[in-house]
Amino acid sequence: MSVSVRRIMRSDHVAGWAFAFPAVALIVVFGIVPILWSALMSFQKTNLLSTPEWIGLDNYRALPKDPLFKTSMVHAFIYAALFVPLSVGGGLFAAVALNRHIRGIRFYRLAVFVPVVVSTIATSIMFLWLFDPNFGLANWLLGLVGLGPFGFFTSSDGALYSIIAMTVWGWIGFDAIIYLAALQGVPNELLEAAQLDGARSWSIFRNITLPLLGPATLFLVVFSTINAIQVFDEIYFLTKGGPGTATYVPVLYLFKLAFEQGIAGYAAAIAYVLLVAILILTVIQLWVGKRMVYYAS
Amino acid sequence: MSMSAEIRDSAGALPALEEESGRDPRSDRFVFSWWHLVLFPLAFLMLIPMIWMIITSLQTLNETRHFPPILVPSSIQWQNYTEVLQRAPFARWFLNTLVVTVVVVAGNLLFCSLAGYAFARIKFFGRDVVFILVLATLMIPFQVIMIPTFIIVRKLGLIDTLGALIVPNLAGAFGIFLLRQFFRSLPIELEEAARIDGASRLGVLFKIVLPLSGPVLATVAVITFLWTWNDFLWPLITIYNPDNMTLQLGLTTFQGAHQTNTHLLMAANVMSVIPVLFLFFVAQRFFIRGIATSGLKG
Repeated sequence: MSVSVRRIMRSDHVAGWAFAFPAVALIVVFGIVPILWSALMSFQKTNLLSTPEWIGLDNYRALPKDPLFKTSMVHAFIYAALFVPLSVGGGLFAAVALNRHIRGIRFYRLAVFVPVVVSTIATSIMFLWLFDPNFGLANWLLGLVGLGPFGFFTSSDGALYSIIAMTVWGWIGFDAIIYLAALQGVPNELLEAAQLDGARSWSIFRNITLPLLGPATLFLVVFSTINAIQVFDEIYFLTKGGPGTATYVPVLYLFKLAFEQGIAGYAAAIAYVLLVAILILTVIQLWVGKRMVYYAS
Repeated sequence: MSMSAEIRDSAGALPALEEESGRDPRSDRFVFSWWHLVLFPLAFLMLIPMIWMIITSLQTLNETRHFPPILVPSSIQWQNYTEVLQRAPFARWFLNTLVVTVVVVAGNLLFCSLAGYAFARIKFFGRDVVFILVLATLMIPFQVIMIPTFIIVRKLGLIDTLGALIVPNLAGAFGIFLLRQFFRSLPIELEEAARIDGASRLGVLFKIVLPLSGPVLATVAVITFLWTWNDFLWPLITIYNPDNMTLQLGLTTFQGAHQTNTHLLMAANVMSVIPVLFLFFVAQRFFIRGIATSGLKG
């Protein structure tokens, strides 16, 4: 081997690429290529098997005239509009309650955190039984205070809201963990100084703690919105979009189109519209957040 | 899980929830706190779906078909659990999930460490462009890529094998990003000294850098574990044969076949949750730190 070849072999270029290659190759093949391919597919008529046919913007033009697409998007926005404030607000409430040293606090924390590791399917099975219209515990408990009985997942008015109640239960622990970590970063001196100045605890929370939780709140709002727009597992398992189309959401719709009906090009177009919707929402949230959130340091 | 939000360039310190803070814990520990009146109902609300699942799993079918619900079963039906094991290949599903999860976690730790170190410390041609490309995949929701990924995996002949669940997930942008940020926060002098002493890049990574990276590796492991163990949509698309199913997918087929056998369904569900809960209890610190990190750095 000549000197120059040996120098190249020992150079940082080779070492760097050798280290990065396995991961980068995987991400290119199963990430970058699919992103571009999916964009291409959205301009095609294809059923995953036959040769795709180029149809330009037809898939996108068909979207506004598709009532099921519109229904799905409306449901996704209703879902997000309720899920995000309920889970983030609930998480904040839980974290504030858990951020103290009292007897049994380890038990309380564990109880709130446990749903985080329980899968969407296991959660759905639990709530399917809890919300059973005939024998469910929920109808019994609500009946004790004079409410119901409800059909929950089987009622076209209530199914979407029942699913929201369930997913909020599943995500409060996650939000609480993030908030609790942020709460423990609030400097004690600040709180003690305010206390010495005679500030009431509500006013301390409102004027000191809450602003310092701004970055955590912004993250959770953005993250939960992205999650909400992509909701799938629970709905596929519990209602398959029903009763009727009462719980149709975009990812369920595009899943059915692509993998049950073989209308993959149109499904890819929906996926891209969804991506754009998510990006727009994220940019708006970050833009508003930038004006409102105070970053220490 | 799209970890897209505000990727900030702040690494190093990992947040951890302290069990005991610097404040004097004795001052309020043995005094009754009004917060119990908030915390107890909250804990009850969070636990009731799981408690009810466990109670039902120990009832007879007749007891489950009763309204108002029977809160205390007349005798405990352990045989519900053995009956589930006889009716469905649960052990197989458990094993499949375990194999997939272990291989995916190990792959992520190895490949993300290698790539993370290259992006953190080695100056190579095209590094910054490639890194930005990798980060871009963080912002793409899964449903955008799932159709072409399905076609690619089919071309590779992996459909309906565990490989379909393993190969596409062996490395991820999130792990690379987290590890790169952490590696950059380490003092470079140690690595330079080892290089001068003749250590190879690989030697530096494995003998100096990784031993210092325990907490961040644990974070990557925990997040990858949870994500893989609980994943549903991708197995749903790629696996059809019951012998190759994961727990989540197996549970849905079991539910489809035993809709009215609530007691069996609950027993099956308890068994599916127990491994994760067990791991959560023994490694609580890592789980909570891992989740807190995923959030703050997400």
